Amino acid sequence: MEILEMSAVELGRKIKAREIGVLEATEAALAQIRALEPVLNCFVTVDEEGAKRQAARVQRQIDEGILRGPLAGVPMAVKDNMCLEGLPTTCSSKILENFVPPYTAEAVRKLVKGGAVVLGKTNMDEFAMGSTTETSAFGETKNPWDPGRVPGGSSGGSCAAVAANECFYALGSDTGGSIRQPSSFCGVTGIKPTYGTVSRYGLIAYGSSLDQIGPIARSVGDCAAVLEEIAFQDKKDSTSVRREDCDFTSALEDNVKGMRIGIPGDYLGEGLDGEVRAAVLSAAKELEEKGALVEEFDLSLVEYGIPAYYVIASAEASSNLSRFDGVKYGYRAKEYEGLHGMYKKSRSEGFGQEVKRRIMLGSFVLSSGYYDAYYLKALRTKALIKQAFDRAFTKYDVILGPTAPSTAPKLGELLSDPLKMYLGDIYTIAVNLAGLPGMSVPCGRDSKGMPIGLQLIGDCFKEKNIIRAGYAYECTRNHEMPDLARRQGQGMAGAAEGKVR
Amino acid sequence: MGKQYETVIGLEVHVELATKTKIFCGCSTEFGGAPNTHTCPVCTGMPGSLPVLNRQVVEYALAVGLATNCGINQYCKFDRKNYFYPDNPQNYQISQLYLPICHDGWVEIETAAGKKRIGIHEIHMEEDAGKLIHDEWEDCSLVDYNRSGVPLIEIVSEPDMRSADEVIAYLEKLRLIIQYLGASDCKLQEGSMRADVNLSVREAGTKEFGTRTEMKNLNSFKAISRAIEGERNRQVELLEDGRKVIQETRRWDDNKEASHAMRSKEDAQDYRYFPDPDLAPVVISEEWIARVKARQPELRTEKLARYQSEYQLPRYDAEILTGSKHLADIFEETVAICGKPKEVSNWLMTDAMRLLKEQGQEPEDITFAPENLAKLVELVDQNVINRTVARGVFEAVFTENADPLQYVEEKGLRVVSDEGQLRRVIEGILRENPQSVADYKAGKQKAMGFIVGQAMRAMKGKADPAVVNALVKEML
Amino acid sequence: MENMITDEMIEYVAILAKLELSREEREAAKQDMGKMLRYIDKLNELDTSGVEPMSHVFPVENVFREDVVANGDMREDMLTNAPEQKDGSFKVPKTVE
Repeated sequence: MEILEMSAVELGRKIKAREIGVLEATEAALAQIRALEPVLNCFVTVDEEGAKRQAARVQRQIDEGILRGPLAGVPMAVKDNMCLEGLPTTCSSKILENFVPPYTAEAVRKLVKGGAVVLGKTNMDEFAMGSTTETSAFGETKNPWDPGRVPGGSSGGSCAAVAANECFYALGSDTGGSIRQPSSFCGVTGIKPTYGTVSRYGLIAYGSSLDQIGPIARSVGDCAAVLEEIAFQDKKDSTSVRREDCDFTSALEDNVKGMRIGIPGDYLGEGLDGEVRAAVLSAAKELEEKGALVEEFDLSLVEYGIPAYYVIASAEASSNLSRFDGVKYGYRAKEYEGLHGMYKKSRSEGFGQEVKRRIMLGSFVLSSGYYDAYYLKALRTKALIKQAFDRAFTKYDVILGPTAPSTAPKLGELLSDPLKMYLGDIYTIAVNLAGLPGMSVPCGRDSKGMPIGLQLIGDCFKEKNIIRAGYAYECTRNHEMPDLARRQGQGMAGAAEGKVR
Repeated sequence: MGKQYETVIGLEVHVELATKTKIFCGCSTEFGGAPNTHTCPVCTGMPGSLPVLNRQVVEYALAVGLATNCGINQYCKFDRKNYFYPDNPQNYQISQLYLPICHDGWVEIETAAGKKRIGIHEIHMEEDAGKLIHDEWEDCSLVDYNRSGVPLIEIVSEPDMRSADEVIAYLEKLRLIIQYLGASDCKLQEGSMRADVNLSVREAGTKEFGTRTEMKNLNSFKAISRAIEGERNRQVELLEDGRKVIQETRRWDDNKEASHAMRSKEDAQDYRYFPDPDLAPVVISEEWIARVKARQPELRTEKLARYQSEYQLPRYDAEILTGSKHLADIFEETVAICGKPKEVSNWLMTDAMRLLKEQGQEPEDITFAPENLAKLVELVDQNVINRTVARGVFEAVFTENADPLQYVEEKGLRVVSDEGQLRRVIEGILRENPQSVADYKAGKQKAMGFIVGQAMRAMKGKADPAVVNALVKEML
Repeated sequence: MENMITDEMIEYVAILAKLELSREEREAAKQDMGKMLRYIDKLNELDTSGVEPMSHVFPVENVFREDVVANGDMREDMLTNAPEQKDGSFKVPKTVE
């Protein structure tokens, strides 16, 4: 089997068994990146030299028996909103173009400590605001299944890179669906853990009360293994939670007998693409055949998730992004008049359209006279949504539904109509508001050949339930790979020039 | 005669807490480091950094709240106050608006007009801003984040004060309470205590408040008094002219003895407060409150009473000594070594106070070790030196923390009680002053005083006056 | 609630957000924000009376650090990304008091 087609855990095993060298695996991934980047643009920065150095170091430590983890030596990629010491961290924004953080995000540090080889930083919607990766200041990323279509977002670069075999797994972040929706569009698996499971220290905040880092990979097993490494209570993140049950790989059992699965009728109604609906229901059928108890139920309040989300996330973003002002780091306008002129010019030139749109909205909903009507109203709605999920989880172990209403649209299709783009998050957003774990697992393709995602939602701290359900479902089918990912790219060196360091 | 006006004043007092580290990160709060040497990703607002609350800040805030009769919000939260300014690295300040830690307290003040309670609306915890230095050579400003994130409490009073005297009494009271708790050193000049004055005037007898202004940049009690006077007059003049007071923030310039409005169209004064999602709520249990109460040190009122009963000091002495926590500490430490409370009190109340006044210093500036004052008291008590000499020795203790015994030995200041030596000196004086001897023999008692004085002078004050007296009498 | 976004409101919010918008951007912002707010007004269909606003999903509370100095001098690292610096400080246009 081709190195690049292996799962992360499988590669880790072969590296430990000395069947494959770390450098060999790293070179293979870098060659794939060189070959495909001109088409896909998954990365903002490829750290070829750094990756090779790290590969050599990790190999040595594996040989010396210092590194023994399941993912030691496995090349991976990091979404460009997580700080990595010494490497530019841009959030795909001009305002952070030259920002090189002097510290590393805790989740990334954990992986690096375990022997991860970081290939580079992946493209995203600017500051994670968007659902297509088209709002990036460094060009859109394309879907490996059809480069005429978007990979989804905001973790589009990470998901496309995993789908295209440019890396074995990647980290993404999910504020309203930013791991699950692009995983669905790219035919890969992604988990958004329970809020507080993975440290946010070093993750450049968008909506702090909703943001969570999670794994993206080509199998449920890989996701579980990565999550197991990055989950811990971090003293530097006051919202991180102490958990005893982070042995997620123990849930990789092909056994769903007696598992209670609920399908919200509200997730199957108007706006859902017929082919997506059919694929999701047939996945449910598979689980039922394996012994799960599946039924439809009424979750309620689904349509209120999006408006509540846009108030809360925009409000937090307007405050989180005020630190980008041209004083301490990042872009400062060349010409301006006075201090406030410097602020305004730097921010107006540095931020893109969508980011400015959300900063404006967020500033408005917090402003004097509107706080109660919008912000507090949204927080009350959030409480009701949480209650609705709490009720549902008294009856079900897992909630099953589509990840997104449709498969990946064509480039440019959603960019022109923000509201339509926001509506695409309808099934994912409530999970963030309620802090729940959610996963997207591929469940077939539509007539256009585009992947469809099955979303599994668990109660707080019950990742194991969705991992078990996802794994059992995954066992019924083979991993599908875009044709483009099979193409080996030796001899196309230098094509990804510009971002290779 | 024109209308009578009443001044209505409320205070916002910021106090820097005496923690070792900043409120949300492990950087030192020490003064005087080179610019930005006490900074980290958190207090410079680096992207991705997150705040974690310093427990001691809550402890201090609770202690101050309990000592000022406040209620405690047992569920309190931090909010973000959003505004752009370069000394504020995140462009929001983490503070408390919706659920501050303490609320509805009071302190009692006493002025010439009598006793009065001043209400405390709330006390909240927040972070300090960095420092802006205006470059002398270039048209730019430089930002130093060493102070960014230093913990503050803001004590917001009710509009209960009516005069500068009451304001000063209130500030003195707060200062004493907070110093006694060890929560801050409360130095106005150094900025560890800062007061913003909210002031309005209204016609005497009316119930409704007038429009208020907020005055900033008040660095001393004198400046506060002058600013209150100035602002009161400004507002009264406006009203007398039939004009209106505008609600605004004004900056006091103590050199010009005038204030000016701090206005800009860029400051919308709309802070868009909302709960900080990066910080967990603080839940304060009954046990925690009880623990802080139990640890509460003796406050001034208790100390005042104790000094009179335990040390038998007059109320006047006790008031002066307890008027500064530092002075009271020195007093108690000295008495613990040498006893003699009244003696120690006298040194502090007369000589120490005189020297402080001469040097324009506050009791907080006293630096000598209590051991040295105790030694001095003992030297006098054991008659090693006499009182006149002792005053000089005290000056040396006060100014250079001199060891009194060493100082006395070096300068040869011991009392001379060698009878032979004294007799020789007195003999000489009697010989040189036959007239005085004759006067004494003629019954003029005053003449003896003259001879004793001459003898003391010849001994450069080091003789024991009692011994000299006895000898002169005998030899005459 | 019917939302009429006026030019003044856009200008006010731009001051708060420290953004300088061109005329076209202002017009677009007016449209976008009006549309979004009308959509958000959907929340008014919900009866939320008696519901406590929920800012934190979990009852995580009392997360503290101890008061111990943990950081040394990191000035170089903190200044390395500054667009302009001088004398160990971040340099900004003159602030007027």
